[in-house]
Amino acid sequence: MTDLWRLTAHEAHEGLRARQFTSVELTQAVLDRVAAVEARVHAYITVTADVAIEQAREADVKLATGSATPLTGIPMAVKDLIVTKGVRTTAGSRILENFIPPYDSHVYECVRRAGAVMVGKSNMDEFAMGSSTEHSAFGPSHNPWDEARVPGGSSGGSAAAVAAGECLVSLGSDTGGSIRQPAALCGVVGLDPTYGRVSRFGIVAFGSSLDQVGPIGRDVEDVATLLDCISGHDPRDSTTNPEPLPDLRHYLGRDVRGMRVGVPREYFVEGMEPGVRARIDEALKLLEGLGCEVDTSLSLPSTEHALAVYYIIAPSEASANLARYDGVKYGFSDRTGTTMWQNMEETRAHGFGNEVKRRIMLGTYALSAGYYDAYYLKAQKVRTLINAEFQAAFAKYDVIVTPTSPTVAFPIGAKIDDPYAMYLNDVYTLPSSVAGLPALSLPCGLSEGLPVGLQIVGNFFDEGRVIMLADAFERAGKWANCLPDLA
Amino acid sequence: MALTNHDVLHIAHLARISLTDAEVEKFAVQLSGILDHFAALAAVPTEGVEPTAHPLPLSNVMREDEVASSLSRHEVLANAPQQEDGYFRVRGVLE
Repeated sequence: MTDLWRLTAHEAHEGLRARQFTSVELTQAVLDRVAAVEARVHAYITVTADVAIEQAREADVKLATGSATPLTGIPMAVKDLIVTKGVRTTAGSRILENFIPPYDSHVYECVRRAGAVMVGKSNMDEFAMGSSTEHSAFGPSHNPWDEARVPGGSSGGSAAAVAAGECLVSLGSDTGGSIRQPAALCGVVGLDPTYGRVSRFGIVAFGSSLDQVGPIGRDVEDVATLLDCISGHDPRDSTTNPEPLPDLRHYLGRDVRGMRVGVPREYFVEGMEPGVRARIDEALKLLEGLGCEVDTSLSLPSTEHALAVYYIIAPSEASANLARYDGVKYGFSDRTGTTMWQNMEETRAHGFGNEVKRRIMLGTYALSAGYYDAYYLKAQKVRTLINAEFQAAFAKYDVIVTPTSPTVAFPIGAKIDDPYAMYLNDVYTLPSSVAGLPALSLPCGLSEGLPVGLQIVGNFFDEGRVIMLADAFERAGKWANCLPDLA
Repeated sequence: MALTNHDVLHIAHLARISLTDAEVEKFAVQLSGILDHFAALAAVPTEGVEPTAHPLPLSNVMREDEVASSLSRHEVLANAPQQEDGYFRVRGVLE
């Protein structure tokens, strides 16, 4: 049993329950895998091997006493903007390089209560601003399918760790595509939940009207299981939905005949690689073969404005959220100046990377006197139009299906000097983020040896039908738990 | 929408980020380029459209005003860059 790291979480759960191996053995196999490949993948900012083994021992006790959940003893990665008491949490930034949180985030409490094992804190673009992990202050992660290419971002470490066998499942966060785009580029499954499904208590804030935490795994079942674990109302995040949520595992193994699938024509435009187009066309045929009513006549005309709306609203919210990093209460502090204001300006100049500075300034500008109406207020009004178009579409369709990313993983360095070219990576994931809708990416084949992702968008809190269609597609295809040949 | 170096310095001041001369030049070009891509929004008709601040129809979420425990002074100060007598230490705020 040397290849335990190849198992999905549900396969590992069966093995743990059947006493084929212990969580300590499973966790050690994953840690050995980390030791073997981490130098090439760099999925983690911090590997927490001692914590993992201790948590695995506790999990083995739970398994022995019959109080185990589907996540008990399962090794996972936790994105490094999810605060973990006593374990350094950096958000990929120099400014939080030595920050040791004094409390746990809600989602970490949830997975720990379920008995999951934390292997480490995964790499990410600084403050989740980026689509490649190249904006991490700790160096980029590498795509396990081709180490010269990016894994996507901002949850690139979380996706690369799952694909490379450095954990079985992981937690990421998604503001404009930061779970789905790296999941697509690394050939794994990732889900951005409905805004309000998962508490952000203890999540380093980026764009507060957009941020959600969500699961990444090697198949749809694992993603459903992990999302069930972290979902639900939390009084510490007043944006969480107080209504009870159905168990997503009920939506696995269902028949999808008659499901109405809308395919918006605005997503099939210039910039999409022919290889991506070919895999998406095949995926739509597969959905028809499953009995879905696939309609390619859907039009969402405001789609073209989603990128501008997002890149005004998210930086505006970020400029306010990141005002807290002033070098006074925690984090990096430059005290070389002679006044408090100098100290703050130097702290932020040396603590933040280029992309973070760019977005803070973009947001500061969009909110500043004389420009607020033209940028921020205008973007919020167009956001209303985008939402209305989605709601009109969901009157006719159960789900909307699109590509996740216009391209496969691109070479490290290819877009780093052109901020707008980097922003275009998110062109297919931004509209549903702006509308707060749940969306999942799952693998639908390879183009030039690199994974292509299919995105399924659902209506508010309708993750059930998204999971149902994704699971049916996965069972009909051949890309579940398909790992790269990273020797 | 071309931002001048002066505009960039003004924004950086509002954001409390000191910039080198080279950064001012670079950000003026990059931010102007990004803002050019946003120009198309101005042409979208939004007469009578309400702005969306938040995707869900939740507002004024209330709770009981109950006393609960908070972090200890020791825990709060544990990450402080400088502290003195149980307080955060900074340079003088007033001249």
